Amino acid sequence: MSQTLNNIWAPPRLSMRWWPVFRRNFLVWQKLAIPSLVGNIAEPLMWLVAFGYGLGALVGQVELGGEKVPYILFLASGSICMSAMNAATFEALYSAFSRMHVQKTWDGIMNAPVRLDDVVLAEMLWAAFKALFTVTAILAVMLALGISHAPKLLVAWPVLLGVGITFSCMALIFNALAKGYDFFTYYFTLFLTPMMFLSGIFFPRDQLPPIVRSIADWLPLSAAVDLVRPLFMDRWPEHALRHSLVLVLFSVVSFWIALALTRRRFRA
Amino acid sequence: MLSAHHLVKRYGDQTVVNDLSFHIDPGECLGVIGPNGAGKTTTIRMALGLTAPDDGVVRYFGELDMPADALAIKERLGVVTQMDTLDPDFTAAENLLVFGRYFGLPDRLIRERIPRLLEFAALGHKAQARPGELSGGMKRRLSLARALINEPSLLLLDEPTTGLDPQARHLMWERLQALLQQGKSILLTTHFMDEAERLCSRLLVMDHGRKITEGRPRDLIAEHLEPEVVEVYGQGATALAQDASLQNLAARTEVSGETVFFYTRSSRPLLGALQAWPQLRMLHRPTNLEDLFLKLTGRQIRENA
Repeated sequence: MSQTLNNIWAPPRLSMRWWPVFRRNFLVWQKLAIPSLVGNIAEPLMWLVAFGYGLGALVGQVELGGEKVPYILFLASGSICMSAMNAATFEALYSAFSRMHVQKTWDGIMNAPVRLDDVVLAEMLWAAFKALFTVTAILAVMLALGISHAPKLLVAWPVLLGVGITFSCMALIFNALAKGYDFFTYYFTLFLTPMMFLSGIFFPRDQLPPIVRSIADWLPLSAAVDLVRPLFMDRWPEHALRHSLVLVLFSVVSFWIALALTRRRFRA
Repeated sequence: MLSAHHLVKRYGDQTVVNDLSFHIDPGECLGVIGPNGAGKTTTIRMALGLTAPDDGVVRYFGELDMPADALAIKERLGVVTQMDTLDPDFTAAENLLVFGRYFGLPDRLIRERIPRLLEFAALGHKAQARPGELSGGMKRRLSLARALINEPSLLLLDEPTTGLDPQARHLMWERLQALLQQGKSILLTTHFMDEAERLCSRLLVMDHGRKITEGRPRDLIAEHLEPEVVEVYGQGATALAQDASLQNLAARTEVSGETVFFYTRSSRPLLGALQAWPQLRMLHRPTNLEDLFLKLTGRQIRENA
Protein backbone atom coordinates (compact mmCIF):
# COMPACT_ATOMS: atom_id res chain seq x y z
CA MET A 1 0.00 0.00 0.00
CA SER A 2 2.63 2.49 1.04
CA GLN A 3 4.49 1.53 -2.14
CA THR A 4 1.77 2.91 -4.39
CA LEU A 5 1.35 5.93 -2.14
CA ASN A 6 5.01 6.68 -2.33
CA ASN A 7 5.04 6.61 -6.11
CA ILE A 8 4.74 10.25 -7.07
CA TRP A 9 3.99 9.29 -10.68
CA ALA A 10 0.87 7.32 -9.77
CA PRO A 11 -2.14 8.39 -11.87
CA PRO A 12 -4.05 11.42 -10.54
CA ARG A 13 -6.75 10.50 -8.04
CA LEU A 14 -9.34 13.16 -8.66
CA SER A 15 -12.75 13.69 -7.14
CA MET A 16 -15.30 16.46 -6.74
CA ARG A 17 -13.50 17.57 -3.56
CA TRP A 18 -11.74 20.17 -5.73
CA TRP A 19 -14.92 22.21 -5.77
CA PRO A 20 -14.85 23.64 -2.20
CA VAL A 21 -11.20 24.58 -2.76
CA PHE A 22 -12.12 26.37 -5.97
CA ARG A 23 -14.94 28.10 -4.12
CA ARG A 24 -12.51 29.21 -1.46
CA ASN A 25 -10.38 30.98 -4.04
CA PHE A 26 -13.49 32.42 -5.64
CA LEU A 27 -14.62 33.86 -2.30
CA VAL A 28 -11.27 35.59 -1.75
CA TRP A 29 -11.31 36.91 -5.27
CA GLN A 30 -14.85 38.29 -4.89
CA LYS A 31 -13.50 40.61 -2.25
CA LEU A 32 -10.82 41.96 -4.57
CA ALA A 33 -12.42 41.46 -7.98
CA ILE A 34 -12.60 45.05 -9.15
CA PRO A 35 -9.00 46.13 -8.41
CA SER A 36 -7.78 42.77 -9.71
CA LEU A 37 -9.76 43.28 -12.92
CA VAL A 38 -8.19 46.67 -13.53
CA GLY A 39 -4.73 45.18 -13.01
CA ASN A 40 -5.46 42.27 -15.28
CA ILE A 41 -6.76 44.13 -18.29
CA ALA A 42 -4.96 47.46 -18.11
CA GLU A 43 -1.66 46.11 -19.39
CA PRO A 44 -2.99 44.08 -22.33
CA LEU A 45 -5.07 47.06 -23.42
CA MET A 46 -2.04 49.32 -23.31
CA TRP A 47 -0.19 46.90 -25.56
CA LEU A 48 -3.12 46.89 -27.90
CA VAL A 49 -3.41 50.64 -28.07
CA ALA A 50 0.30 51.37 -28.30
CA PHE A 51 1.15 48.67 -30.81
CA GLY A 52 -2.16 48.28 -32.56
CA TYR A 53 -2.82 51.91 -33.27
CA GLY A 54 0.75 53.19 -33.08
CA LEU A 55 2.69 50.51 -34.91
CA GLY A 56 -0.40 49.60 -36.91
CA ALA A 57 -0.30 52.99 -38.60
CA LEU A 58 3.21 52.19 -39.86
CA VAL A 59 2.55 48.57 -40.76
CA GLY A 60 -0.83 49.06 -42.36
CA GLN A 61 -2.23 45.71 -43.31
CA VAL A 62 -0.96 42.21 -42.71
CA GLU A 63 -1.39 39.40 -45.19
CA LEU A 64 -3.09 36.44 -43.59
CA GLY A 65 -4.18 33.35 -45.50
CA GLY A 66 -4.38 35.30 -48.76
CA GLU A 67 -6.42 38.05 -47.14
CA LYS A 68 -5.26 41.45 -45.96
CA VAL A 69 -6.34 42.39 -42.44
CA PRO A 70 -5.71 45.57 -40.39
CA TYR A 71 -2.72 45.19 -38.05
CA ILE A 72 -4.84 46.01 -34.99
CA LEU A 73 -7.05 43.02 -35.75
CA PHE A 74 -4.01 40.83 -36.29
CA LEU A 75 -2.54 41.96 -32.99
CA ALA A 76 -5.77 41.81 -31.00
CA SER A 77 -6.48 38.25 -32.07
CA GLY A 78 -2.99 37.16 -31.02
CA SER A 79 -2.59 39.23 -27.87
CA ILE A 80 -5.81 37.88 -26.39
CA CYS A 81 -4.06 34.49 -26.28
CA MET A 82 -1.12 36.11 -24.57
CA SER A 83 -3.49 37.61 -22.00
CA ALA A 84 -4.98 34.20 -21.30
CA MET A 85 -1.47 32.81 -20.91
CA ASN A 86 -0.33 35.59 -18.60
CA ALA A 87 -3.42 35.60 -16.42
CA ALA A 88 -3.30 31.83 -15.91
CA THR A 89 0.44 31.87 -15.34
CA PHE A 90 0.40 34.63 -12.74
CA GLU A 91 -2.37 32.96 -10.79
CA ALA A 92 -0.80 29.49 -10.91
CA LEU A 93 2.63 30.84 -9.96
CA TYR A 94 2.47 33.77 -7.57
CA SER A 95 -0.99 33.30 -6.08
CA ALA A 96 -0.85 29.51 -5.87
CA PHE A 97 2.62 29.73 -4.33
CA SER A 98 1.33 32.17 -1.71
CA ARG A 99 -1.42 29.77 -0.78
CA MET A 100 0.78 26.68 -0.91
CA HIS A 101 3.99 27.91 0.67
CA VAL A 102 3.54 31.26 2.37
CA GLN A 103 0.09 31.03 3.92
CA LYS A 104 0.15 27.21 4.22
CA THR A 105 -3.46 27.20 3.09
CA TRP A 106 -2.96 23.84 1.38
CA ASP A 107 -1.70 22.24 4.59
CA GLY A 108 -4.83 23.39 6.36
CA ILE A 109 -7.06 22.07 3.59
CA MET A 110 -5.40 18.68 3.72
CA ASN A 111 -6.28 18.29 7.39
CA ALA A 112 -9.82 18.06 6.06
CA PRO A 113 -10.80 15.14 3.82
CA VAL A 114 -9.31 16.64 0.65
CA ARG A 115 -6.47 14.99 -1.26
CA LEU A 116 -3.46 16.92 -2.55
CA ASP A 117 -4.45 15.83 -6.08
CA ASP A 118 -7.76 17.63 -5.73
CA VAL A 119 -6.09 20.74 -4.34
CA VAL A 120 -3.77 20.88 -7.35
CA LEU A 121 -6.73 20.32 -9.69
CA ALA A 122 -8.62 23.13 -7.96
CA GLU A 123 -5.67 25.51 -8.34
CA MET A 124 -5.32 24.55 -12.01
CA LEU A 125 -9.00 25.16 -12.76
CA TRP A 126 -9.00 28.31 -10.69
CA ALA A 127 -6.09 29.81 -12.67
CA ALA A 128 -7.89 28.84 -15.88
CA PHE A 129 -11.02 30.56 -14.61
CA LYS A 130 -9.03 33.70 -13.86
CA ALA A 131 -7.72 33.59 -17.43
CA LEU A 132 -11.25 33.24 -18.76
CA PHE A 133 -12.40 36.15 -16.66
CA THR A 134 -9.58 38.40 -17.86
CA VAL A 135 -10.09 37.38 -21.46
CA THR A 136 -13.82 38.06 -21.23
CA ALA A 137 -13.18 41.58 -19.98
CA ILE A 138 -10.66 42.24 -22.76
CA LEU A 139 -13.00 40.79 -25.38
CA ALA A 140 -15.70 43.15 -24.15
CA VAL A 141 -13.37 46.12 -24.62
CA MET A 142 -12.40 44.87 -28.09
CA LEU A 143 -16.04 44.56 -29.04
CA ALA A 144 -16.66 48.06 -27.75
CA LEU A 145 -13.72 49.37 -29.79
CA GLY A 146 -15.16 47.65 -32.84
CA ILE A 147 -11.99 45.68 -33.53
CA SER A 148 -14.02 42.63 -34.47
CA HIS A 149 -17.68 41.74 -34.35
CA ALA A 150 -17.31 38.26 -35.78
CA PRO A 151 -20.05 35.90 -34.51
CA LYS A 152 -17.45 33.12 -34.32
CA LEU A 153 -15.85 34.99 -31.42
CA LEU A 154 -18.29 33.01 -29.30
CA VAL A 155 -16.22 29.96 -30.12
CA ALA A 156 -13.01 31.78 -29.24
CA TRP A 157 -14.26 32.03 -25.67
CA PRO A 158 -14.15 28.32 -24.74
CA VAL A 159 -10.93 27.93 -26.75
CA LEU A 160 -9.34 30.62 -24.57
CA LEU A 161 -10.47 28.73 -21.47
CA GLY A 162 -8.54 25.79 -22.91
CA VAL A 163 -5.52 28.04 -23.38
CA GLY A 164 -5.85 29.08 -19.74
CA ILE A 165 -5.91 25.43 -18.68
CA THR A 166 -2.78 24.62 -20.70
CA PHE A 167 -0.76 27.46 -19.23
CA SER A 168 -1.95 26.96 -15.67
CA CYS A 169 -0.88 23.29 -15.91
CA MET A 170 2.54 24.36 -17.15
CA ALA A 171 2.93 27.03 -14.49
CA LEU A 172 2.07 24.58 -11.71
CA ILE A 173 5.21 22.62 -12.58
CA PHE A 174 7.28 25.65 -11.67
CA ASN A 175 5.13 26.32 -8.65
CA ALA A 176 5.97 22.83 -7.41
CA LEU A 177 9.70 23.45 -7.88
CA ALA A 178 9.88 26.97 -6.45
CA LYS A 179 11.71 27.87 -3.25
CA GLY A 180 10.65 31.50 -3.50
CA TYR A 181 9.02 34.02 -5.79
CA ASP A 182 12.32 34.89 -7.50
CA PHE A 183 12.37 31.51 -9.17
CA PHE A 184 9.41 32.47 -11.34
CA THR A 185 11.46 35.10 -13.15
CA TYR A 186 13.32 32.26 -14.86
CA TYR A 187 10.09 30.81 -16.15
CA PHE A 188 9.07 34.15 -17.58
CA THR A 189 12.39 35.09 -19.16
CA LEU A 190 13.37 31.64 -20.37
CA PHE A 191 10.00 30.29 -21.50
CA LEU A 192 7.15 32.72 -21.72
CA THR A 193 8.84 35.80 -23.17
CA PRO A 194 10.56 33.89 -26.01
CA MET A 195 7.31 32.08 -26.70
CA MET A 196 5.50 35.38 -26.83
CA PHE A 197 7.75 36.54 -29.67
CA LEU A 198 7.84 33.23 -31.52
CA SER A 199 4.15 32.42 -31.59
CA GLY A 200 2.97 34.90 -34.18
CA ILE A 201 1.35 37.39 -31.87
CA PHE A 202 3.14 40.53 -33.07
CA PHE A 203 4.16 39.38 -36.55
CA PRO A 204 3.34 36.35 -38.71
CA ARG A 205 5.49 33.30 -38.01
CA ASP A 206 6.52 32.99 -41.65
CA GLN A 207 8.85 35.93 -40.97
CA LEU A 208 10.92 33.60 -38.78
CA PRO A 209 13.97 31.69 -40.10
CA PRO A 210 12.79 28.22 -41.24
CA ILE A 211 14.52 26.29 -38.47
CA VAL A 212 13.12 28.52 -35.73
CA ARG A 213 9.75 28.39 -37.36
CA SER A 214 9.64 24.59 -37.38
CA ILE A 215 10.01 24.68 -33.59
CA ALA A 216 7.74 27.67 -33.10
CA ASP A 217 4.90 25.94 -34.94
CA TRP A 218 4.62 23.39 -32.14
CA LEU A 219 4.59 25.81 -29.23
CA PRO A 220 1.34 25.82 -27.25
CA LEU A 221 0.96 29.56 -27.69
CA SER A 222 1.26 29.16 -31.48
CA ALA A 223 -1.49 26.54 -31.39
CA ALA A 224 -3.62 28.96 -29.36
CA VAL A 225 -3.03 31.84 -31.79
CA ASP A 226 -3.72 29.63 -34.83
CA LEU A 227 -7.00 28.52 -33.29
CA VAL A 228 -8.21 31.91 -32.09
CA ARG A 229 -7.04 34.32 -34.81
CA PRO A 230 -9.26 33.02 -37.67
CA LEU A 231 -12.28 33.21 -35.38
CA PHE A 232 -11.70 36.97 -35.09
CA MET A 233 -12.03 37.10 -38.88
CA ASP A 234 -15.14 34.95 -38.70
CA ARG A 235 -13.37 31.98 -40.30
CA TRP A 236 -12.86 28.46 -38.99
CA PRO A 237 -9.23 27.68 -38.14
CA GLU A 238 -7.23 25.32 -40.34
CA HIS A 239 -5.74 22.22 -38.72
CA ALA A 240 -7.98 22.81 -35.72
CA LEU A 241 -7.58 19.21 -34.60
CA ARG A 242 -3.79 19.37 -34.64
CA HIS A 243 -3.71 22.62 -32.68
CA SER A 244 -6.22 21.34 -30.16
CA LEU A 245 -4.17 18.20 -29.70
CA VAL A 246 -1.07 20.28 -29.01
CA LEU A 247 -2.94 22.14 -26.28
CA VAL A 248 -4.43 18.97 -24.82
CA LEU A 249 -1.09 17.19 -24.86
CA PHE A 250 0.73 20.08 -23.18
CA SER A 251 -2.06 20.25 -20.57
CA VAL A 252 -2.18 16.57 -19.71
CA VAL A 253 1.57 16.01 -19.62
CA SER A 254 2.17 19.23 -17.67
CA PHE A 255 -0.55 18.50 -15.17
CA TRP A 256 0.84 15.06 -14.52
CA ILE A 257 4.37 16.40 -14.05
CA ALA A 258 3.09 19.23 -11.85
CA LEU A 259 1.16 16.77 -9.72
CA ALA A 260 4.11 14.42 -9.34
CA LEU A 261 6.45 17.24 -8.34
CA THR A 262 3.89 18.68 -5.93
CA ARG A 263 3.43 15.25 -4.35
CA ARG A 264 7.18 15.00 -3.94
CA ARG A 265 7.29 18.43 -2.38
CA PHE A 266 4.62 17.53 0.17
CA ARG A 267 6.01 14.10 0.90
CA ALA A 268 9.45 15.35 1.85
CA MET B 1 -9.84 5.59 18.89
CA LEU B 2 -6.33 5.55 17.57
CA SER B 3 -3.68 2.89 17.79
CA ALA B 4 -0.19 2.88 16.35
CA HIS B 5 1.64 -0.41 16.02
CA HIS B 6 5.41 -0.69 15.67
CA LEU B 7 5.85 2.50 13.67
CA VAL B 8 9.20 2.99 11.98
CA LYS B 9 10.27 5.99 9.94
CA ARG B 10 13.70 6.44 8.40
CA TYR B 11 15.15 9.39 6.57
CA GLY B 12 18.20 8.12 4.75
CA ASP B 13 20.16 6.06 7.27
CA GLN B 14 18.66 7.94 10.22
CA THR B 15 15.80 6.28 12.07
CA VAL B 16 13.59 9.09 13.38
CA VAL B 17 10.85 6.89 14.78
CA ASN B 18 11.82 3.45 15.97
CA ASP B 19 9.28 0.74 16.78
CA LEU B 20 6.79 3.10 18.40
CA SER B 21 3.45 1.76 19.60
CA PHE B 22 0.73 3.61 21.49
CA HIS B 23 -3.03 3.91 21.65
CA ILE B 24 -5.72 6.34 22.74
CA ASP B 25 -8.87 5.17 24.45
CA PRO B 26 -12.21 6.96 24.05
CA GLY B 27 -12.45 10.07 26.21
CA GLU B 28 -8.78 10.02 27.02
CA CYS B 29 -6.09 12.66 26.55
CA LEU B 30 -2.73 11.18 25.63
CA GLY B 31 0.21 13.54 25.85
CA VAL B 32 3.33 12.94 23.79
CA ILE B 33 6.32 14.67 25.30
CA GLY B 34 9.97 14.62 24.32
CA PRO B 35 12.84 16.95 23.52
CA ASN B 36 13.27 18.53 20.10
CA GLY B 37 14.11 15.90 17.53
CA ALA B 38 12.58 13.10 19.60
CA GLY B 39 10.28 12.19 16.72
CA LYS B 40 7.04 13.81 17.94
CA THR B 41 6.36 15.77 14.78
CA THR B 42 7.17 12.82 12.54
CA THR B 43 4.79 10.70 14.60
CA ILE B 44 2.04 13.28 14.15
CA ARG B 45 2.78 13.48 10.44
CA MET B 46 2.43 9.72 10.14
CA ALA B 47 -0.79 9.83 12.13
CA LEU B 48 -2.10 12.45 9.70
CA GLY B 49 -1.03 10.46 6.65
CA LEU B 50 1.30 13.24 5.54
CA THR B 51 4.20 10.86 5.47
CA ALA B 52 4.04 7.09 5.10
CA PRO B 53 5.71 4.94 7.77
CA ASP B 54 8.44 2.58 6.57
CA ASP B 55 6.93 -0.04 8.79
CA GLY B 56 3.97 -0.38 11.13
CA VAL B 57 0.32 0.60 11.07
CA VAL B 58 -1.73 3.57 12.26
CA ARG B 59 -5.32 2.50 12.78
CA TYR B 60 -8.26 4.74 13.62
CA PHE B 61 -11.59 3.89 15.18
CA GLY B 62 -10.67 0.23 15.19
CA GLU B 63 -11.15 -0.24 11.48
CA LEU B 64 -9.60 2.49 9.34
CA ASP B 65 -5.94 2.51 8.34
CA MET B 66 -3.87 5.58 7.58
CA PRO B 67 -3.04 6.42 4.84
CA ALA B 68 -5.23 4.01 2.84
CA ASP B 69 -8.46 5.30 4.42
CA ALA B 70 -7.19 8.85 4.93
CA LEU B 71 -10.33 10.62 3.75
CA ALA B 72 -12.71 8.51 5.82
CA ILE B 73 -10.51 9.12 8.88
CA LYS B 74 -10.24 12.86 8.36
CA GLU B 75 -14.04 13.13 8.16
CA ARG B 76 -14.00 12.24 11.87
CA LEU B 77 -10.80 13.94 12.96
CA GLY B 78 -10.00 17.45 14.18
CA VAL B 79 -6.49 18.81 13.72
CA VAL B 80 -4.70 21.83 15.14
CA THR B 81 -1.17 22.14 13.81
CA GLN B 82 1.77 23.99 15.32
CA MET B 83 1.50 26.74 12.72
CA ASP B 84 -1.85 28.40 12.17
CA THR B 85 -3.15 27.90 8.66
CA LEU B 86 -6.05 30.31 8.97
CA ASP B 87 -7.09 32.19 5.85
CA PRO B 88 -5.92 35.80 6.29
CA ASP B 89 -8.42 37.12 3.76
CA PHE B 90 -11.46 35.74 5.57
CA THR B 91 -13.23 36.76 8.74
CA ALA B 92 -13.35 34.30 11.62
CA ALA B 93 -16.85 33.20 10.58
CA GLU B 94 -15.82 32.80 6.94
CA ASN B 95 -12.82 30.74 7.98
CA LEU B 96 -15.17 28.27 9.63
CA LEU B 97 -17.60 28.29 6.70
CA VAL B 98 -14.92 27.63 4.10
CA PHE B 99 -13.32 24.93 6.20
CA GLY B 100 -16.64 23.20 6.79
CA ARG B 101 -17.16 23.02 3.03
CA TYR B 102 -13.97 20.97 2.69
CA PHE B 103 -15.83 18.28 4.64
CA GLY B 104 -18.69 18.41 2.20
CA LEU B 105 -21.02 19.79 4.88
CA PRO B 106 -23.99 21.80 3.60
CA ASP B 107 -23.75 25.56 4.20
CA ARG B 108 -26.95 25.53 6.25
CA LEU B 109 -25.46 23.08 8.73
CA ILE B 110 -22.14 24.94 8.93
CA ARG B 111 -23.85 28.29 9.51
CA GLU B 112 -25.77 26.69 12.34
CA ARG B 113 -22.56 25.54 14.01
CA ILE B 114 -20.52 28.72 13.53
CA PRO B 115 -22.00 30.89 16.32
CA ARG B 116 -21.78 28.02 18.78
CA LEU B 117 -18.16 27.28 17.91
CA LEU B 118 -17.12 30.92 18.05
CA GLU B 119 -18.83 31.22 21.40
CA PHE B 120 -17.00 28.12 22.61
CA ALA B 121 -13.69 29.62 21.49
CA ALA B 122 -14.55 32.87 23.35
CA LEU B 123 -14.62 34.61 19.97
CA GLY B 124 -18.34 35.38 19.83
CA HIS B 125 -17.60 39.08 19.48
CA LYS B 126 -14.93 38.51 16.82
CA ALA B 127 -16.99 36.79 14.12
CA GLN B 128 -16.27 39.57 11.63
CA ALA B 129 -12.59 40.02 12.52
CA ARG B 130 -9.85 38.73 10.25
CA PRO B 131 -7.00 36.65 11.67
CA GLY B 132 -4.64 39.62 11.28
CA GLU B 133 -6.72 41.53 13.82
CA LEU B 134 -6.69 38.69 16.36
CA SER B 135 -4.15 38.07 19.13
CA GLY B 136 -2.05 34.91 19.18
CA GLY B 137 -4.34 33.23 21.67
CA MET B 138 -7.45 34.14 19.69
CA LYS B 139 -5.93 32.73 16.53
CA ARG B 140 -5.16 29.46 18.27
CA ARG B 141 -8.70 29.25 19.59
CA LEU B 142 -10.05 30.02 16.12
CA SER B 143 -7.91 27.15 14.81
CA LEU B 144 -9.43 24.96 17.52
CA ALA B 145 -12.96 26.08 16.60
CA ARG B 146 -12.16 25.34 12.96
CA ALA B 147 -10.97 21.86 13.88
CA LEU B 148 -14.33 21.24 15.56
CA ILE B 149 -16.47 22.19 12.56
CA ASN B 150 -17.01 18.53 11.60
CA GLU B 151 -17.78 17.54 15.21
CA PRO B 152 -14.83 15.15 15.45
CA SER B 153 -14.60 12.53 18.17
CA LEU B 154 -10.79 12.64 18.14
CA LEU B 155 -8.53 15.70 18.15
CA LEU B 156 -4.85 15.84 17.19
CA LEU B 157 -3.19 18.89 18.69
CA ASP B 158 0.43 19.67 17.92
CA GLU B 159 1.78 22.07 20.55
CA PRO B 160 -1.48 23.98 20.88
CA THR B 161 -0.23 26.59 23.35
CA THR B 162 3.33 27.24 22.21
CA GLY B 163 3.98 30.97 22.10
CA LEU B 164 0.91 32.00 24.11
CA ASP B 165 0.90 34.18 27.20
CA PRO B 166 -0.29 32.64 30.50
CA GLN B 167 -3.84 33.98 30.26
CA ALA B 168 -4.27 32.65 26.76
CA ARG B 169 -2.80 29.30 27.76
CA HIS B 170 -5.14 28.93 30.68
CA LEU B 171 -8.13 29.73 28.51
CA MET B 172 -6.97 27.17 25.97
CA TRP B 173 -6.56 24.53 28.69
CA GLU B 174 -10.01 25.28 29.99
CA ARG B 175 -11.49 24.81 26.50
CA LEU B 176 -9.62 21.55 26.03
CA GLN B 177 -10.80 20.28 29.39
CA ALA B 178 -14.36 21.13 28.38
CA LEU B 179 -13.88 19.05 25.22
CA LEU B 180 -12.62 16.12 27.27
CA GLN B 181 -15.67 16.41 29.48
CA GLN B 182 -17.83 16.21 26.36
CA GLY B 183 -16.23 12.83 25.80
CA LYS B 184 -13.82 13.74 23.02
CA SER B 185 -10.41 12.08 22.83
CA ILE B 186 -7.24 14.10 22.40
CA LEU B 187 -3.73 13.37 21.24
CA LEU B 188 -1.53 16.25 22.34
CA THR B 189 2.13 17.02 21.85
CA THR B 190 3.65 19.60 24.12
CA HIS B 191 6.83 21.05 25.57
CA PHE B 192 5.09 22.25 28.69
CA MET B 193 5.05 19.87 31.60
CA ASP B 194 2.37 21.82 33.46
CA GLU B 195 0.19 21.49 30.38
CA ALA B 196 0.82 17.75 30.19
CA GLU B 197 0.12 17.30 33.89
CA ARG B 198 -3.06 19.33 33.79
CA LEU B 199 -4.66 17.86 30.67
CA CYS B 200 -3.30 14.41 30.04
CA SER B 201 -4.64 11.28 31.61
CA ARG B 202 -1.67 9.42 30.20
CA LEU B 203 1.75 10.40 28.99
CA LEU B 204 4.11 8.96 26.41
CA VAL B 205 7.70 10.09 26.84
CA MET B 206 9.73 9.88 23.64
CA ASP B 207 13.40 10.33 22.92
CA HIS B 208 15.53 9.42 19.91
CA GLY B 209 12.46 8.07 18.16
CA ARG B 210 11.63 5.55 20.87
CA LYS B 211 9.14 5.33 23.65
CA ILE B 212 11.01 5.70 26.94
CA THR B 213 8.07 5.26 29.23
CA GLU B 214 4.32 5.57 29.35
CA GLY B 215 1.77 6.01 32.13
CA ARG B 216 -0.30 8.35 34.25
CA PRO B 217 1.65 11.50 35.21
CA ARG B 218 1.53 10.89 39.00
CA ASP B 219 2.42 7.22 38.59
CA LEU B 220 5.38 8.06 36.39
CA ILE B 221 6.73 10.52 38.96
CA ALA B 222 6.27 8.00 41.76
CA GLU B 223 7.91 5.29 39.72
CA HIS B 224 10.98 7.21 38.55
CA LEU B 225 11.58 9.91 41.16
CA GLU B 226 11.96 10.58 44.84
CA PRO B 227 9.01 12.59 46.15
CA GLU B 228 10.99 15.72 47.10
CA VAL B 229 13.85 17.79 45.82
CA VAL B 230 15.95 20.56 47.31
CA GLU B 231 17.53 22.91 44.79
CA VAL B 232 20.57 24.80 46.04
CA TYR B 233 22.15 27.68 44.16
CA GLY B 234 24.41 30.65 44.78
CA GLN B 235 28.14 31.18 45.24
CA GLY B 236 29.89 27.83 45.77
CA ALA B 237 26.74 25.73 45.54
CA THR B 238 28.17 23.27 43.03
CA ALA B 239 30.88 22.27 45.50
CA LEU B 240 28.18 20.82 47.77
CA ALA B 241 27.56 18.07 45.25
CA GLN B 242 30.93 16.58 46.34
CA ASP B 243 30.11 16.79 50.05
CA ALA B 244 29.91 13.17 51.25
CA SER B 245 27.63 13.86 54.22
CA LEU B 246 25.09 15.66 52.08
CA GLN B 247 25.29 12.98 49.43
CA ASN B 248 24.42 10.42 52.05
CA LEU B 249 21.34 12.37 53.08
CA ALA B 250 20.09 12.62 49.48
CA ALA B 251 18.92 9.69 47.44
CA ARG B 252 20.39 11.21 44.32
CA THR B 253 22.44 14.32 43.58
CA GLU B 254 22.54 16.15 40.29
CA VAL B 255 24.34 19.27 39.11
CA SER B 256 23.07 21.47 36.33
CA GLY B 257 24.84 24.73 35.65
CA GLU B 258 25.18 26.55 38.98
CA THR B 259 22.45 24.58 40.71
CA VAL B 260 22.61 21.38 42.74
CA PHE B 261 19.55 19.15 42.95
CA PHE B 262 19.25 16.87 46.00
CA TYR B 263 16.49 14.36 45.43
CA THR B 264 15.27 12.79 48.63
CA ARG B 265 12.59 10.69 50.27
CA SER B 266 12.77 12.62 53.53
CA SER B 267 13.99 16.18 53.34
CA ARG B 268 14.19 17.08 57.04
CA PRO B 269 17.74 15.85 57.81
CA LEU B 270 18.98 17.23 54.53
CA LEU B 271 17.49 20.66 55.14
CA GLY B 272 18.97 20.59 58.63
CA ALA B 273 22.44 19.86 57.30
CA LEU B 274 22.13 22.59 54.69
CA GLN B 275 21.67 25.19 57.48
CA ALA B 276 25.48 25.22 57.60
CA TRP B 277 25.52 27.22 54.36
CA PRO B 278 23.25 30.17 55.14
CA GLN B 279 24.61 32.25 52.23
CA LEU B 280 23.20 29.77 49.68
CA ARG B 281 19.68 29.99 48.38
CA MET B 282 17.44 26.98 48.54
CA LEU B 283 14.18 25.82 47.09
CA HIS B 284 12.43 22.87 48.64
CA ARG B 285 9.55 21.45 46.59
CA PRO B 286 7.84 18.22 45.58
CA THR B 287 9.24 16.63 42.44
CA ASN B 288 7.23 17.25 39.31
CA LEU B 289 6.90 16.20 35.72
CA GLU B 290 9.68 18.51 34.65
CA ASP B 291 12.13 16.68 36.94
CA LEU B 292 10.94 13.43 35.45
CA PHE B 293 11.32 14.70 31.93
CA LEU B 294 14.84 15.96 32.58
CA LYS B 295 15.80 12.75 34.30
CA LEU B 296 14.58 10.65 31.41
CA THR B 297 15.84 12.77 28.55
CA GLY B 298 18.83 14.52 30.07
CA ARG B 299 19.63 18.14 30.74
CA GLN B 300 21.75 18.88 27.70
CA ILE B 301 20.40 21.26 25.10
CA ARG B 302 19.56 19.37 21.94
CA GLU B 303 20.84 20.33 18.54
CA ASN B 304 18.39 22.58 16.75
CA ALA B 305 16.90 23.53 20.09
